This record gives sequence, structure tokens and C-alpha cells, in this order.
Amino acid sequence: MKKALQYVVLILLVLAAIAPFLWLLSTALKGPSENIFAYPPQFIPQHPTLDNFTAVWNKVPMLWFFINSIVVTLLTIFFNITLSVLAAYPLARMRFKGQGAIFFSILATMMIPFQVLMIPLYLICLKLNLTDNAGALNGWLGLVLPFAVSGFGIFFVRQALVTLPKELEESAVLDGCNSLQILWHVLLPLIRPTLATLAVFAFMATWGEFLWPSIILSEPSHFTLPVGLVQLQSAFSSDWKLIAAGTLLSMLPVLVFFFTLQRYFVTGATSGAVKG
Amino acid sequence: MFKPRTPYLYLILPAVFMVGFFFLPLLMAFNISLSDYSRDIYHPAFVGWANYAKLAHSEPFWQAMQNTFVFLFGVVPAMVVLPIFLALLVNGKLKGITLFRSLIYIPVVISMVVVGIAWRWLYADDGLINWFLSLFHLPKVGWLVNPDIALYSVMIVVVWKGLAYYMMMYLAHLQSISQELYEAAEIDGANLWRKHWHVTLPHLRPTMVMVGIISTIGSLKVFTEIYVMTRGGPVGATKTLVYYIYERAFENLDLGIASAAGIVLMLILLVFSMLEMRLSPKDDDAKALEKLKRAETPLLPGKNGVA
Repeated sequence: MKKALQYVVLILLVLAAIAPFLWLLSTALKGPSENIFAYPPQFIPQHPTLDNFTAVWNKVPMLWFFINSIVVTLLTIFFNITLSVLAAYPLARMRFKGQGAIFFSILATMMIPFQVLMIPLYLICLKLNLTDNAGALNGWLGLVLPFAVSGFGIFFVRQALVTLPKELEESAVLDGCNSLQILWHVLLPLIRPTLATLAVFAFMATWGEFLWPSIILSEPSHFTLPVGLVQLQSAFSSDWKLIAAGTLLSMLPVLVFFFTLQRYFVTGATSGAVKG
Repeated sequence: MFKPRTPYLYLILPAVFMVGFFFLPLLMAFNISLSDYSRDIYHPAFVGWANYAKLAHSEPFWQAMQNTFVFLFGVVPAMVVLPIFLALLVNGKLKGITLFRSLIYIPVVISMVVVGIAWRWLYADDGLINWFLSLFHLPKVGWLVNPDIALYSVMIVVVWKGLAYYMMMYLAHLQSISQELYEAAEIDGANLWRKHWHVTLPHLRPTMVMVGIISTIGSLKVFTEIYVMTRGGPVGATKTLVYYIYERAFENLDLGIASAAGIVLMLILLVFSMLEMRLSPKDDDAKALEKLKRAETPLLPGKNGVA
């Protein structure tokens, strides 16, 4: 009896969490003859159709939104992991002059809000031709490079590397490994879960990012999904069937990613929270 | 073990990015905030602290500040308290509980733009929420078009999206509370309410402080949710500090004022970040991290750090 009650509560919570998306789905599936403002609302579409999805796909460069978002996100993840590992390795496993000062200044960057940097970053990107006015590739780089390195990423990888035992390197050196071989063959395989968690962080921060892409991008075919969706919203201001269809399409990759890599999302949330 | 220059070789590339995209822009931001761009954006003139003085007398700036703090004082208490109840609800050992947790977590992983659009549709004049109110013979509410209400409507969405995130943080700490404490309380005759009041709450207090500070920092930076749902309207009722910066910089091209407001934002955030460091529970965190490490690297059970 008590268990049944608990399940009822849980189901209500899940409904509260996904109802807004289900309502989008219901709207997107409605046929041309159905009134989406009907009172009382029609929850189950009477003439379900996928036409709204194909219509939005044809009316705006949806495919490009996806391609741009995927390319930018993958590049950002790649840069983040590479640069974090490169910086974290000496900080965690070697001793050198200026180590403390360097580590401190890296931590200090975590205190600088992006909203302060975005104006000068915009000027820098204009100077370096890193906006999409100079082409799609430049636009991609303009979106990626400012987020290529993160103080948090370096800190996160360093914390993982620092806990590994010293004997690992000592025996590797006796075997004739150089520092790069030690990193690649000995240390990195041991911190794979940390790197996966960092990848999830970078994914979450990049995939949904709106502020910076909206500043850098101007040509619709260069838009990422969030910028494209906002434009969709103003272009079809009252056609909620199309807006709902486009919005739902954009959710698919995130949901797939989330349900396959769930456990890294949760480690992320519990390891101390680092949003925006 | 290694050559003395080896560590520096590894650091070169990250350092180039750090300098180019953090330290240089930070210096530039200070510099821009001391210049006047409003006359000629290509030939800014040095004006000292004039932009800061202008801000201090600017009506829209203080309006944005006020909105930001109304937002903060509404959202932060909700984020600190409500997820505790959620965490208690999903803490059971029920069958399929992990699936329930994941489903409840969905709003966290969906991007703010998508969430904003979904809620704009719910909040529509003839939308689902107003229909629901009509069932109880309540009048329609202009959720996003009434200047007295719009900011609160956005706050509801932000809380709705963030709850599960903090729920997971609380859950992690709930599960670290020793079961024996609850058993002892039961032997002393404590009921459910008193058990949570005397055992759970004191253990969660450090987490509550963390959640409070994290959500404060998030609230101070709120932008995308506003842009998507109201564009700062109606009549500026939902313009927040970051919205003000964005508008000044990229719509009015008044980079000087915008940068000055950005520096003000950074100083406010700095105060809260300091608080976070001062108040963050050192040994609790270390323990939690240690637990995490063990869970993550099963190859090395219980090895000590060699820092």
C-alpha cells in the first residue's frame, strides 16, 4: 500500500517534468484541420501527421543547424579534453618552478564570468576573422576557440591525476618510457571515467549555449540549434505546430546522449556543480 | 625524473589559450569600461570612470539590478528547499527508481532555449495553463504579457528546470548519512518528521549552503530564459543585469557602458564566490570526492593521493 502510494507520487513527478514536452509533441502531431487553441484542449491529435516535421525541415535549414551544433560541440569537447590533460599532467605529476602561481591563476579564471569577457572576445574574434561573415569554418572556430580551455576542466583532470600512485611512473621510467608515453599508455587509461565526465560537462555547456553563438553568427545556414530555434520562433510567430515540430527535433540528440551516458551526467551533478 | 623544461612544454598550448581568451580579454574589458564608444565606435575616447558614474545615475541600469535581485530572492530559496523534498521522495529502494530519477532529470539536460519555447506555449493566452485555471472558474492570466507577473512566470520556469539538478546533489549527500543514525532515532521513538528534522537536516546543511551559493551565482547571470520568453519585456519588466549588458553592447553598440556593467557584475559575483570558498565544507567535500574517486577508478581501490 505504501509502495503503491510512492509510485503514484513518482509518476506525478515524472509527469510534471515531461508534460511541457508532451504538450509540444501533441501540438506538433496535429493535422492542418485541427485547432491547436481548442477549448477544451485536444490532448490526443485526431488526425496525427508528421507533415509539420517535414515542413519545418524544408522551410528552415534544420539540417545545417544540426551539423553546426554537432561540429561545434565535438570540437569543443576535443579541445577541452586535450588542453585540460596537457595542463593538468605537469601540474599533478611533476614539480617545477612557478607551479603554485600557475595553478592559482588557472583557478582564478573560474571566477571571471563570461558575460564580462564577451565584449572584448567579440572584438578579438572580429580582428581574427573568427565570425561566420568570413565563412562557415571561421564561424565554427569563433564558437569553439574561446571555450577551448577551461579552468574547471584543468582542475577536474588534475584532481583525478593527483590521486594515482607515484610507483606507476617510476616503473614506466625504468621500462624506458618518456613523459608522453607515460601519459598516454599509463595515466590516461586510468582516468577514462573522469575524461568521460568532463566530455559530458563540455557537451552540456556547448550544446545548449545561446548567448555567444547569437553574437557571433549572422547567416541562418551557419546557426547552431539554439540560435536557429529562436529564429524559428520569431519567423513563424503564430504557427505553433511548426515551432513545436522544430523544437522537438532539436531535442532528439540530447535525449539519446543522455540516456546512453546517464551515469556520467549524475556523477557530474554530484561532483560539485559547475554551471555556466 | 624528467628534464626541467618538460613541464613547461606541456603548458605552452593551454597557456596560449588562457592568455588569449581569458587574461587578455579581462584586461581589455577594464580598458573598454574606461572608454566612450557611444560617439564613434571605431575611435573610442578615454573617459576615466565616467561610464561608472553614468551607470550610477542610469534608471534602466537600476531597474535591471532590481529585477535581478527580485529574481534571485525568489529563485534561490526555492532551489535550496524544494529539491530536499524531491530527494527524499526518490531516495527509496523501489524497483525502477533509477529510471524515475532519470526521467525527472530530463528538464536539466534539455537546453534553456527549448524549455523557454515549451513554456511560452504553455503560458500562451489561450494556452494550457489558462485553460487549467478556467476549470476552476479563474480568470485568464497574462503570464508573459503582464508587466507585474512576467518576471515571476520566468522564475517559475527556471525553478522547474533546475530542481532535479539540486535534487541529485542532495541525494548524493542523503545517501552518505549512516543508516544507524535513523535506527537510533527510531529506538528513541522519533516519528518520520522528527527523524528528518534531527538527523537529515543537520547533515544536509552544508549542501544547502552550497546549493544556495551556486543558484545565487546562476541567478545573477540569468539571460537566455529571458531572451527566449520575453525579450526583456513587457516594458522592461524582465530586463536583468546580463540582459542589460547584452542590449547595451550588441544592440546599442555602447561598449563602454556595457563593459562597466559587466565589471560590476563580476565584482558582485566575486563576493559570492569568496563566500562559497569560505563556507564550503572542506572535509565533507573531500570525503565525497574520495568516494567518487573510488567509484570511478575501481582499478585502484583505496590508494592514497601522492600530491
